Amino acid sequence: MTVFLVIIVLALLAVTGWQISKIFQLSQRSDADTSQIANDKDNKSNGILMLAFVIFIYVITVYCFWEYGRFYLPEAASEHGGEYDTLMFISIGLIMFVQIITQGLLHYFAFKYKGKKTQKALFYADNDKLEFIWTIIPVITLAGLIIYGLFTWSDIMNINEEEDPMVIEIYAYQFDWRARYSGEDNTLGKANVRFIEGVNQLGVDESDSYGEDDKIVTELHLPVGKPVLFKFRSQDVLHSAYFPFFRAQMNVVPGMITQFGFTPTITTEEMRASEYMVDKVESVNDVRKERNEDLIAQGEPTLDSYEFDYFLLCNKICGQAHYNMQMKIIVESEEDFNAWLEEQPTFGSTIEDSNAPAETEEAPAEDGNETEEPQESEAVAVLDKE
Amino acid sequence: MSAIANAPAHDHHDDHGHHHKETFITKYIFSQDHKMIAKQYLITGLIMGIIGIAMSILFRIQLAWPEQSFWVFEALLGDRWAPDGVMSPSIYLALVTIHGTIMVFFVLTAGLSGTFSNLLIPLQIGARDMASGFLNMVSYWLFFLSSVIMLASLFVESGPAMAGWTIYPPLSALPEAISGSGTGMTLWLVSMAIFIASSLLGSLNYIVTVINLRTEGMSMTRLPLTIWAFFVTAIIGVVSFPVLLSAALLLIMDRSFGTSFFLSDIFIKGEVLSHQGGSPVLFEHLFWFLGHPEVYIVLLPALGITSEVIATNSRKPIFGYRAMVASILAIAFLSTIVWGHHMFISGMNPFLGSVFTFTTLLIAIPSAVKSFNYITTLWKGNLQMNPGMLFSIGLVSTFITGGLTGIILGDSTLDINVHDTYFVVAHFHLVMGISALYGLFAGVYHWFPKMFGRMMNKNLGYVHFWVTAVGAYGVFFPMHFIGIAGLPRRYYTNTNFPYFDDYADVNVIITVAAIITALVQLVFLYNFFNSIFFGKKAVQNPWKSNTLEWTTPVEHIHGNWPGKIPAVYRWAYDYSKTGEDGEYVIKGQDFVSQITPLQEGEEELNH
Repeated sequence: MTVFLVIIVLALLAVTGWQISKIFQLSQRSDADTSQIANDKDNKSNGILMLAFVIFIYVITVYCFWEYGRFYLPEAASEHGGEYDTLMFISIGLIMFVQIITQGLLHYFAFKYKGKKTQKALFYADNDKLEFIWTIIPVITLAGLIIYGLFTWSDIMNINEEEDPMVIEIYAYQFDWRARYSGEDNTLGKANVRFIEGVNQLGVDESDSYGEDDKIVTELHLPVGKPVLFKFRSQDVLHSAYFPFFRAQMNVVPGMITQFGFTPTITTEEMRASEYMVDKVESVNDVRKERNEDLIAQGEPTLDSYEFDYFLLCNKICGQAHYNMQMKIIVESEEDFNAWLEEQPTFGSTIEDSNAPAETEEAPAEDGNETEEPQESEAVAVLDKE
Repeated sequence: MSAIANAPAHDHHDDHGHHHKETFITKYIFSQDHKMIAKQYLITGLIMGIIGIAMSILFRIQLAWPEQSFWVFEALLGDRWAPDGVMSPSIYLALVTIHGTIMVFFVLTAGLSGTFSNLLIPLQIGARDMASGFLNMVSYWLFFLSSVIMLASLFVESGPAMAGWTIYPPLSALPEAISGSGTGMTLWLVSMAIFIASSLLGSLNYIVTVINLRTEGMSMTRLPLTIWAFFVTAIIGVVSFPVLLSAALLLIMDRSFGTSFFLSDIFIKGEVLSHQGGSPVLFEHLFWFLGHPEVYIVLLPALGITSEVIATNSRKPIFGYRAMVASILAIAFLSTIVWGHHMFISGMNPFLGSVFTFTTLLIAIPSAVKSFNYITTLWKGNLQMNPGMLFSIGLVSTFITGGLTGIILGDSTLDINVHDTYFVVAHFHLVMGISALYGLFAGVYHWFPKMFGRMMNKNLGYVHFWVTAVGAYGVFFPMHFIGIAGLPRRYYTNTNFPYFDDYADVNVIITVAAIITALVQLVFLYNFFNSIFFGKKAVQNPWKSNTLEWTTPVEHIHGNWPGKIPAVYRWAYDYSKTGEDGEYVIKGQDFVSQITPLQEGEEELNH
């Protein structure tokens, strides 16, 4: 029925448009220019609009930087992040400079040289010098950017093994994350999806002694100031481990181990206390308060007020609950970290526990969605059925 | 003076084809005439475009007002995909996937390059038709068939393909991972395989035609830039599309015959799969080996059209013809060795990342040269603001805005944190989506008189352009900022991350701009279809253009020119050329058609 109504409305609209255009045509004087080719009047009005348009581009640029510029992520919480941000700001500065000039010229020329019957265009087909200039300028600028970028890139990607980074495995599956700490020996036990059975959800090889002291957790804790080397492993499809606050990202590929290393530099507490984050949390909570007023009016449960935590999110389309695949990250002092890690059971002890009393519960890996966000779980539960 | 004048009226040897009576079927359906095939491509492309854009509006509504109930979802998606009018996450991903596929391949590859290559190659090089009219017809009908299959996949019970337009396995290979990877994905692959066949037949035809069928005097350096663009586009297509076909075939093998090209070590729905030893990264390489040149397959024809339209409407030669041709060649060559910039963080060796950063930033150079040349072409011109011209200027504007952010994304270091965020979405929509669409519109407004013998309404064209131009920036400019703030693309809703809550307003603005922009396309559609039947009758050369297509009669005839094919005596850009005395070469006329021999005392420019 609705479809029918929509079709009728659309048809009526079309008829209206047709009739209006007819009236428009009839009302034109017979001597009016009907060639449908731009005349001087069109050239003039569109030329002026071109000028207005470049002003619009400038205004929207300034507005976006003013209003949305604050959305740029807070100060990088990793050692290489500072370099990343510097390179980013230099690049943005450069492209905005080029953008403002070229858009200005393009639209200004469109305005300035708008056609007139009496005007003669200049036959100007070539100028080798000019073309050489605007080939060489991009070459030099880009060469600078490439070299700068490549140095930063190799700094970030070539992991310095001499620093003895702490090895942590990030394990991805539809639609959650796990972290496996390599324990005292700083070596991860071998693993393969073929070992997945019962409580051994990550498929760690039980016969590999390196795996004994591994610790599997649902929340990623990192000691501040200590280099970490992440090894990524996926159980099912492609995922991407995106750590926006640490300027780090790496795809998680089934059948292959990928890696990325960084050194966290700002603890969660420090980040929460930063001026940026105080403002940000305030503005988020304002939005949530507003939304709560609506929710109360509809008699629905309200949203909790927000407190900042680092997070890791999936950034490669991985299935229907892709939009809610996240893990909380806590950066803390080394003492706090060690205390926390101490409490976590080792893989060896988990296996022993499960073998002792006859296997009680086999939790399939899929339904684990234990992150603390209160509003997500229902949505995912519904989705999994589909 | 003109070549037509001294052609004998009844040259039976050259002048074949329009003697026999054509039936409705041979004229309109299984036509082998390149002009009719061009129109078929255009109209099919427009219909696919309507569907593709409508899909984007649906998922934009979901992004702006997440998980709200809308009657439009219920009406279009039905109970299964939108229970109680709330869009389900699966169909969201399906819409995103099919929107991408349709827009990139069916609208901007077939609809743009298919239409204008077919229309303009024979007309602008002075040929009776394509080298093989039959293959050309087969090419269109394969395209039509692939469109039908793609649309049919929307009605499959388990849903259409949902793995993103890049269909990375294992997600696209395993129906257990997402429901769209069942029959929907099979149909997607079949459709694309047929599409590739169609594209290859078309491209080979274009290449052969440009090389062999140029009229007398039409040397390669006298070709209009449109033809250069279509020619080079066809070459990139022939080089890269087969690689996508092989990727698709291997994926079909993995899906249906248990091979392990792309799959390894997978545990899903409580079971270990037997696949062992494959790598999804291999698929990424194969996909992007086409995927990146594809960007230029989409963009180069648009740039070619723009070159022609800007020169004609500026009443000036295109600035730096040789540099423009060289840039097209450089872009084409570089486009085949930059694919890795889509994969900086895919897990491939970081050293490869460095190489691809280098080649990627190189491609900025010919692109910059092209932009500067366009701007210089406007300088001291006598700009005729026809709708086609407006869209061409708009294209240069979005090409610059979108291209510049490519410098950030092409830099492997910076890509780390903006990869797969809305920053990428903003970048490629501006630089290839909107720019190529503007190229399509510029072409339609400019060559409508050639296609249908009538003019489109210019005032509706102005409304169409200005609302679209403002709307497109309104949609994609703010998107950069939420992208750089870390908001991932392809998220059904952002509400699970309170951190993103204060971007919600931006999403509303973007959606409103998108809806307005989409609605104003209806003005174009009305103008287009209305003008086909009721538009003002066109004159032979409405834009006072130099190129050969405007020397053919308004009424289409099979074989294009009555009598002999005209010979060519000069390049296509002798606009406002003056002699020593400061007068136009031909008194009182600011253009000199390519078929006009050099005048007394006139020097041919050694461009």
